Amino acid sequence: MSKLKGWKELTPGGIITEAGNAREYKTGDWRTERPQVNKEKCINCLFCWAYCPDASVIVDADKGVMVGFDYDHCKGCGICASTCPAKAIDMIPER
Amino acid sequence: MAKVMGLTGKVMGLNGNAAVAYAMKQINPDVIAAYPITPQTDCVERFAEYVSEGLVNTQFVTVESEHSAMSACIGAAAAGGRVMTATAANGLALMWEMLYIASSMRLPIVMMVTNRALSGNINIHCDHSDTMGARDAGWIQLFSENAQEAYDNIIQAVKIAEDLEVRLPVMVTQDGFIISHAVEQVKVLDDDLVQEFVGAYKPAYPLLDVTHPVTYGPLDLFDYYFEHKRSQIEAIDNCFPVIRRVGEEFGKISGRKYDLLETYKLEDAEYVVVALGSTCGTAKEAVNLLREKGKKVGLLKIRCFRPFPKEEIIKALVPRRGVAVLDRSVSFGGFGGPVFTEIRSALCDAPARPFIIDFFYGLGGRDIYVEDIEKALLQIEDVVQKGQVDQYIGYLGLRE
Ligand code: SF4
Ligand code: SF4
Repeated sequence: MSKLKGWKELTPGGIITEAGNAREYKTGDWRTERPQVNKEKCINCLFCWAYCPDASVIVDADKGVMVGFDYDHCKGCGICASTCPAKAIDMIPER
Repeated sequence: MAKVMGLTGKVMGLNGNAAVAYAMKQINPDVIAAYPITPQTDCVERFAEYVSEGLVNTQFVTVESEHSAMSACIGAAAAGGRVMTATAANGLALMWEMLYIASSMRLPIVMMVTNRALSGNINIHCDHSDTMGARDAGWIQLFSENAQEAYDNIIQAVKIAEDLEVRLPVMVTQDGFIISHAVEQVKVLDDDLVQEFVGAYKPAYPLLDVTHPVTYGPLDLFDYYFEHKRSQIEAIDNCFPVIRRVGEEFGKISGRKYDLLETYKLEDAEYVVVALGSTCGTAKEAVNLLREKGKKVGLLKIRCFRPFPKEEIIKALVPRRGVAVLDRSVSFGGFGGPVFTEIRSALCDAPARPFIIDFFYGLGGRDIYVEDIEKALLQIEDVVQKGQVDQYIGYLGLRE
């Protein structure tokens, strides 16, 4: 995350004056377990992409393949792992 | 008609609720969202008449509760409208969580509160337990002594709230029934003059400005919430110059100048009574009567309770020998009422501070008489002469 601002640098009432900046809020550090994909087992069914509540599964849309995870925003809920029909995702404890 | 200072406008026979409704009509806000509750009902009812007669352009939102009233006000104010409302007692309590949200978002909503006791048991008459309970909610609070002041305060409140240095909600209070339902001669300003005084509203960060999209009230956790509260503390602490300036400007158009405090026969007073609201009128009479008997007594009336004008209060009270504070609400289990606690704390570091005692009075609309206030002043004189306080907290008008 970028350097945290002091109280004098804030907008009145904490209003956010730019659109679409939720992306800058890195929620990935809330995670206690990280998903890891084994591409040898993966059949690219994209169930994980469809089920991820945080849009954190990265897919190559042209090729139609699952590529990996956006660890800046993945919260480690494990939904992808539990929905994967090929058991290709493992949840690894974060240090 | 020539605009002679203080001589424009006319005198009307209005009770406090009607005076505020009339001011609201003259202000002609974009949105009023309100729910009726005794003793404020009369105010919004009259405003509804103005709406149905086509005398205002206001969008009048009739909601199903006060929680919804304040929510609608917040939405309308964030959208960029000039917004007002009115409530009392349990209605204010039902707005609780929304009060904090309005001030946190720095929305300049103006609300009239007709002071009434909080239940239980059920009581519809005046005390200050409603607004004193909301004193920590981040709103500016202006108390009125009579219908004239309620009228004047509500007009000033719009200008204070909307000042770019302030941008905070303002609560203007008047004592339930005592002011709200008693008809007085009220000097009202001309409509044009009120419009000119409050000026056209310039919203800051309106949600409806789609070319500059903004977000109000986002998630704010341990990383920023504290900083946002700190800037809110700064915002309300910085309101004093604006409240004073607006009070002076109002004086120029009406002949009635306002300040944070009002003093009455205080210059040479040794014993002072401190009060808020309609009781100040009664206290002035008590001061007059004791002065006739040669007692050096005076009154300090607090008009602006939030932000708390600490410096001015210290200046007014430190040279005194004794101070009797009148509290019209209880902080159960606390050391005295909210006014007493705050005043003692303000004077704590003064080199030679007066003796300070507290009196609870007027709960649930119990009348306060001139003799009660004389008694309070004589008691503080007695404390000073004895050189010690036997009883910090007393009661006026209570049966044992
Ligand atoms: S663990 Fe949860 S948040 Fe992370 S990629 Fe899987 S489904 Fe999405
Ligand atoms: S659900 Fe499993 S198999 Fe399907 S794309 Fe995701 S990781 Fe691959």
